[in-house]
Amino acid sequence: MVQIKIESNILGANEILARKNRNIFTEKKVLLVNLMSSPGSGKTSILEKTIELLNGQLNLGVIEGDLYTDQDAQRIEKKGVRVIQINTEGTCHLDAGMVGKTFVHLPVDKMDLVFIENVGNLVCPAEFDLGEDFKVVVISTAEGNDKPLKYPLIFREAKAVLVNKIDLLPYTDFSLEKIKEDISKINPSAKIFMVSGRTGQGINKWNQWLLEEVKRKKSI
Amino acid sequence: MHEFSLMASIMDTIKETAVQNNIARVTKVKLVIGKLSMVLPDSMQFAFEALGKDDMFTGAVLEFEERNISCQCSTCQHLFEVDRSYRFSCPQCGCTEVEVITGRELYIDYFEGDKQ
Repeated sequence: MVQIKIESNILGANEILARKNRNIFTEKKVLLVNLMSSPGSGKTSILEKTIELLNGQLNLGVIEGDLYTDQDAQRIEKKGVRVIQINTEGTCHLDAGMVGKTFVHLPVDKMDLVFIENVGNLVCPAEFDLGEDFKVVVISTAEGNDKPLKYPLIFREAKAVLVNKIDLLPYTDFSLEKIKEDISKINPSAKIFMVSGRTGQGINKWNQWLLEEVKRKKSI
Repeated sequence: MHEFSLMASIMDTIKETAVQNNIARVTKVKLVIGKLSMVLPDSMQFAFEALGKDDMFTGAVLEFEERNISCQCSTCQHLFEVDRSYRFSCPQCGCTEVEVITGRELYIDYFEGDKQ
């Protein structure tokens, strides 16, 4: 019997590709944001409203991750921004290689901000660095309060958390106090935005923050 | 669910190293998994058995070492463990800027096998 020491990171290959993506966006001074949530939290609705209310202040691109369909991409395209579709064919998350392959179809030089809409899932996407500047997690009031403590990694890794469907709050048992408390316990520096992708409530505040982050990226 | 793709890449890495070292049969694989990682040992075990049929992994044992979550405070350098209440702030000085030291591990430690 022989023992072979490997000590190799299981996600090492992904991390090399993520670094490559990050270098491209650093060189071009374009902000890359990885948007994650469980299915149905409203990532696409938030993106639609974000694009609408930014009203041309930024040149945007969206990389859409989806298992099989291009329904979300079609919705985003209607808002007049460049969309690239990735179908993962059953894989539950995007990886850095899939994202890197889309860059040839994306005029990154002409952009200020590119969103990656990850596959709806709070588990697997948290593990995969895509080379983004930061991660943003969406959680909706209809999902219940237990998500941060059930899926701590994704909330720990996020720079901002959007609490969506705030317009539905009166019809749920969701507690804003509790969600703020749990998020700030796991990730004290996370920015929390209360939004509604449907009504547009809170989206301007989120957009203001995005504009500042874009400015910061350009000044580096 | 990503455990299957992770396990496939683990097995590829091991196969490659085994061939380089003239190892015909793998008998044991040891992984280190941090408690903050979103990887379930049970699903890894299932993937290992499902993917390891009819080749050099037949009969091999998969072993895990789980690592607790520990952090270091950026202000007072205090080292502390984080339990399942996931409070990432320093219990000594209250500082919220803490660095995760352990708990994010996800790596192949070693494997054992028999030479040809």
